[in-house]
Amino acid sequence: MIRKAKGFYETFDRKEPGTRATHYCPGCGHGIIHKLIGEAMAELGIQDRTVFVSPVGCAAFCFHYFDCGNVAGPHGRASAVATGITRSLPGKVVISYQGDGDLGAIGFNNAFQAANRGEHFACFFVNNSIYAMTGGQMAPTTMLGQKTTTTPFGRDPVKEGYPLKVCEILNQLEAPVFIERVSVSDTKRIMQARKAVRKALEIQRDGRGYAFVEFLSPCPTNWRMDAVASAQFVNEKMEKVFPLGNFRDRSAEPAPVAKAIPRLTVEELLDRGHEGGPAQVDHEFRERRFKFSGFGGQGVLSLGLVVAEAAGASGRFVSWLPSYGPEQRGGYASCSVVVSGKEVGSPTVDSPDVLVLMSQPAAEKFAMTVPDGGVVIYESSLPEPKVRPGVRVMGFPASRIAAEAGTPKAANTALLGALTALELHGLSEGKVLLALDASFAAKPALVERNRKVYQAAFDWARNNL
Amino acid sequence: MRKFIKGNEAVAVGAVYAGCDTYFGYPITPASDIAHAVAEYFPQLGREHLQAECETGTINMIFGAASAGKLAMTASSGPGISLMQEGLSYLAGAQLPAVIVNVQRVGPGLGNIGPEQGDYNQAVKGGGHGNYHSIVLAPASVQEMCDLTIKAFEMAFKYRNPAIVLADAVLGQMMEFLQLPDKESVRPETSSWSVQGDAATRGNLVSSIYLDNDLQERHNWMLQEKYASMQADALSESYLAEDAEIVLTGYGTSSRVARSAVDELRSLGVKAGLFRPLTLFPFPAKALNEAAKAGKLLVVELSNGQYRDDVLLHLARDQRCDVELINRMGGNMMKVEDVVLRARKIMEVKA
Repeated sequence: MIRKAKGFYETFDRKEPGTRATHYCPGCGHGIIHKLIGEAMAELGIQDRTVFVSPVGCAAFCFHYFDCGNVAGPHGRASAVATGITRSLPGKVVISYQGDGDLGAIGFNNAFQAANRGEHFACFFVNNSIYAMTGGQMAPTTMLGQKTTTTPFGRDPVKEGYPLKVCEILNQLEAPVFIERVSVSDTKRIMQARKAVRKALEIQRDGRGYAFVEFLSPCPTNWRMDAVASAQFVNEKMEKVFPLGNFRDRSAEPAPVAKAIPRLTVEELLDRGHEGGPAQVDHEFRERRFKFSGFGGQGVLSLGLVVAEAAGASGRFVSWLPSYGPEQRGGYASCSVVVSGKEVGSPTVDSPDVLVLMSQPAAEKFAMTVPDGGVVIYESSLPEPKVRPGVRVMGFPASRIAAEAGTPKAANTALLGALTALELHGLSEGKVLLALDASFAAKPALVERNRKVYQAAFDWARNNL
Repeated sequence: MRKFIKGNEAVAVGAVYAGCDTYFGYPITPASDIAHAVAEYFPQLGREHLQAECETGTINMIFGAASAGKLAMTASSGPGISLMQEGLSYLAGAQLPAVIVNVQRVGPGLGNIGPEQGDYNQAVKGGGHGNYHSIVLAPASVQEMCDLTIKAFEMAFKYRNPAIVLADAVLGQMMEFLQLPDKESVRPETSSWSVQGDAATRGNLVSSIYLDNDLQERHNWMLQEKYASMQADALSESYLAEDAEIVLTGYGTSSRVARSAVDELRSLGVKAGLFRPLTLFPFPAKALNEAAKAGKLLVVELSNGQYRDDVLLHLARDQRCDVELINRMGGNMMKVEDVVLRARKIMEVKA
């Protein structure tokens, strides 16, 4: 007489009210494996702490039986679902139960990567060398020559590859704590399987890390054998390909501890920035649309940022939009800045009021987009760009001024000085300088040097433009 | 307190204030900055960030975290979001709350990393298998990237349903000033359905399987009623629409272009207005029909008319309103002046 396993529900009401029978076929290994897990859970007293992830396949209804928290996810993803659970519930016991198609085929990467991260859950892998629920198709663990509904002439390694030895593969990884292959084909082997299950769950109880147990399990229905022949098939055929044994047991070693990261409160982390309330509506303020463009590395994006920051600090509405992606690497770079007295509409600037050009490709791309009444200011070592009628064009020796002021790389800061001198951004110099200084907050040595470039450029522009 | 930050970073800030516990994600341009910010923020707050092995892994880690009653989120873009569709269907079926941010790029296929809105139908109509809807929110500014991420969590837990924040490459990459939220959101109560590895939730089951046809049908009817009830939370904004003779409509980045066009049209003496949905599911149908009283709608979108089709779907049958479309694709933004020109042409023809 088979007693109800400890750790099971009294009756399997999720299946049908009052029922006590499992839904598995006679001779199937799942029932035995269930019983081993249920007993171990009960004996270890972990049912209140346990979340069990069911697979898709014959064992999709684990939640009919196991008296603990239950989650049923998509086919192949139990290891990923278990990862999400264990990361959310550290210290709890998490179990993923997966078949050979589920873990070995569609979800292999999820299982493999979870093992490689040493996720804190026990993974129970049932290998019956066939897809049972879907009708006896080939599994990754199907043996060579084995006939299935999708290998009617027997699995041919030339066409279908070789049986996947999951324990052997996982044993290449550093993180797993416990890896063992067992069988449930006869009493002697079941006793060994019981030990392995218990060990895997003890490792979870104690929070030691990832444990993996593979079960060789008979499937009389899809193998088209009786129970005796099935057990024989496991012992004589499967064990030759999938040898039983413990591959690893590091449960006695101390569990590794993650590096500690200093804690902050939300306020400490995020409450840094600009004081003051939201931007103020000012219908008198004429919206200005800027385009800053040049080669990547010339600092056109930061130039736009300084203008945008200064505009924000002045209570203006502002948007900053970079060109980005492959263009960043070597090619041209540009950003669009809109400064407004009301909520900014389109953050893209098709027709800039002010265009800053620091490279020839940028000049070719954007010079003709400036409308009548607009301003183009270009690095004067470049040829004068062709513009539309009514556009003011100014050459400005940004690189030379920056070099003469001692910081050749600060041509962008020189252009900022010129924009202020020419009153092209409509912002107070105080706010602009604060934003400029702030942009070098991480490199204080550069603050004074950029101020020097800025002043030289400002003076030059006042006197010459 | 204000911060001048990228839209993508604002999503991460929103996640922090929403009380998001776990973030799982796989890198993809133009959404990756969200993961960068989260990877910096979360460990310092004692929260969980994990770079998953792929997007199918990601969405199923979210499934696990949501099963545990946690506030879980991810962010990705087109191809990555496509990989998550099976998981989204499972989340909807199992009635699990989660937030998925799609910083849309250009498709189909690999496309490019410019801005487009071609994932509208995927987000709004379901995307995965079965009779379900995700909640879909459409931010149009850096502020809303933060605020609607918080709102997405709120709605996801209110309705126990996945919520998508449907942004795009411009919104993700642009910088604007963000006014930080005043305080963190209140943690939702989940112990009636979640599985937390404790005695109180030991009897709970998270699942989307109903082998019995009638039970599954009942479940589906219940879901449809839930989706219908979401109408109460439909959000939209109208700008100068009250006296408008033509209303421009778009969501996200398109609505920003449309807004500039409305200002331009008004300065030219054309009575133009703007209608923009903040929730795409539930769709603010009532507010749309109010705006449509103008008699002329010009739909502005960065896709092949997917949003326009929904506008047509939600217009009341007796609503006398012409609907026209101006759109760009491929990563190209439409120009304000082109939208203005089109609107003026419509007005001239009708005049």
